[in-house]
Amino acid sequence: MTASDGPGGVAAFGGASAGAGPSLAVERMSVRFRLPRETVHAVTDVSFTLRAGECLALVGESGCGKSVLAAGLLGLLPGNAELRGRALLDEVDLLAAPERVLARRIRGRRVGLVTQSPAAHLTPVRTARAHLEEAVTELGTARGDPRAAADRYAARAGLRPADLRRYPHQLSGGLAQRVSTALALAGDPWLLLADEPTTGLDRALVSHTMAELGRLRDAGHGVLLITHDLAAARAVADRVAVMYAGRLVEITAAGEFFAAPGAGGPAHPYAAALLDALPDRGFTPLPGFPPELTRLPDGCAFAPRCARADAACAITPPPVVRGGRLLACHHPEGRA
Amino acid sequence: MTAPAATAAAAALAARGVSVRYGRHQVLSGVDFAVPAGTTTGLAGPSGCGKSTLAAVLALLLRPHAGTVTVDGRTTPGFRYRAPRELRTRVAIVFQQPRMAVDPRLRLRDLITEPLRATGRSAGAGAALDRLADLVGLTTELLGRFPHEVSDGQLQRACVARALVLGPRYLVCDEMTTMLDASTQALLVHAVRAYQRDSGAGVLAVSHDPVLLDRWCDEVRNWEQVAGPRRR
Repeated sequence: MTASDGPGGVAAFGGASAGAGPSLAVERMSVRFRLPRETVHAVTDVSFTLRAGECLALVGESGCGKSVLAAGLLGLLPGNAELRGRALLDEVDLLAAPERVLARRIRGRRVGLVTQSPAAHLTPVRTARAHLEEAVTELGTARGDPRAAADRYAARAGLRPADLRRYPHQLSGGLAQRVSTALALAGDPWLLLADEPTTGLDRALVSHTMAELGRLRDAGHGVLLITHDLAAARAVADRVAVMYAGRLVEITAAGEFFAAPGAGGPAHPYAAALLDALPDRGFTPLPGFPPELTRLPDGCAFAPRCARADAACAITPPPVVRGGRLLACHHPEGRA
Repeated sequence: MTAPAATAAAAALAARGVSVRYGRHQVLSGVDFAVPAGTTTGLAGPSGCGKSTLAAVLALLLRPHAGTVTVDGRTTPGFRYRAPRELRTRVAIVFQQPRMAVDPRLRLRDLITEPLRATGRSAGAGAALDRLADLVGLTTELLGRFPHEVSDGQLQRACVARALVLGPRYLVCDEMTTMLDASTQALLVHAVRAYQRDSGAGVLAVSHDPVLLDRWCDEVRNWEQVAGPRRR
């Protein structure tokens, strides 16, 4: 699949230099949920940019706010969510845009969502083809021939036409993931949000799914990969953003992040500890639990679990930028 | 452990010639597999190969259509019969998805101690709870919460504690950490490993992640070795 057979957007920025193509610029995005007696600080002051042709992996423990961030970008949060900041997708602010704009111009058309446990998102009594043909018709990419359009997007997601005859219960985990990807592509979005696309898949299917996301990235899509699976992120990410208690604590080039111990690695102690928990690294669990998002401390939220923390860490919020990049820590590891 | 069928007299949880089918779909045919006491045995294989079916058979939850399961040499009754409680309490299981494995109406502390009450051993429940909560890293505050008030990782910690509360001779971990982040995975594997070493129990670790099994187990067997090449 080359960039040139993507209609419209994809072809236009296939070979474009950084900055010329479309981009997502999230600026100080915060999400709060007001409950009767407390406030959940689900996402706090998150800023990052993502360009076409790039894959940013957003990693962190479950409950750190990753999926709320994704739902916020798609306008899919419940009514009691309070959003602050901006998320500029080209010229539209996703956080402020009315539902009508999101529904008609953004979801599916500019941003495609590759879902977690995809078989659960499909209608059980309809075939994969019925899902895809409905999507291309609804999103206006059928060009008068829904059947051909469905085949086209299925091929782009690595499906054969015969696979489309299957009902959701007849799809293996890997095929269901590809149907989900084909549906996400059906409106020719340049940006793909993949929210835990590898949950429950075995290693071979994880590699396969990551290879497909990498191929879509190479074809000019921007990919925001949300995952707790660092091994999956390693396979495809260009940059890694680490999230803790609703905040981004570090953004690193993937090569640097996954460098062999001693040869590099992340500078934030949380990011380093997360890597060291992998079975092919130290296999060492982090002590304790992340803080409750209703009761965040004044200082660094990671301080109570951090081996490098001192008294000041618990009181003073860490600086957010160090050495020209995002690194929210008072005492980063070694070569910061 | 090359010929489990021949020498099952040793302390082991062993399946011999086990066959299971779902409708017309034959999942296991004539499978031999043994989990020796005092070790951790890994079973690796791709999604949908039948690993979980074998795990359920060994956990005495699923009666095979043919073949036998023995617990330390004692044979369990066959198809359509429930294993006696005395044998069932010797084997515990941890499932992949904690949220589908727990009663949502019970607080974590009651989830963990329920097997003690069910078997009339609630006298020592407090001490057992403290010990296990410490092992899996659950705080007193978390023990007082309901399943919907905790994360998947915290709930799976409770499921591991529950599985260990009766002091089982054998523990089956069926994709115990697949849903979890790396930190919780490392913590729970260390907890199960510590229990296995201290008690001399036998553990079966089922996973599709060979890297994890290499780190966790004394011996790892691949599904192809166990069931032969897949015909489909």
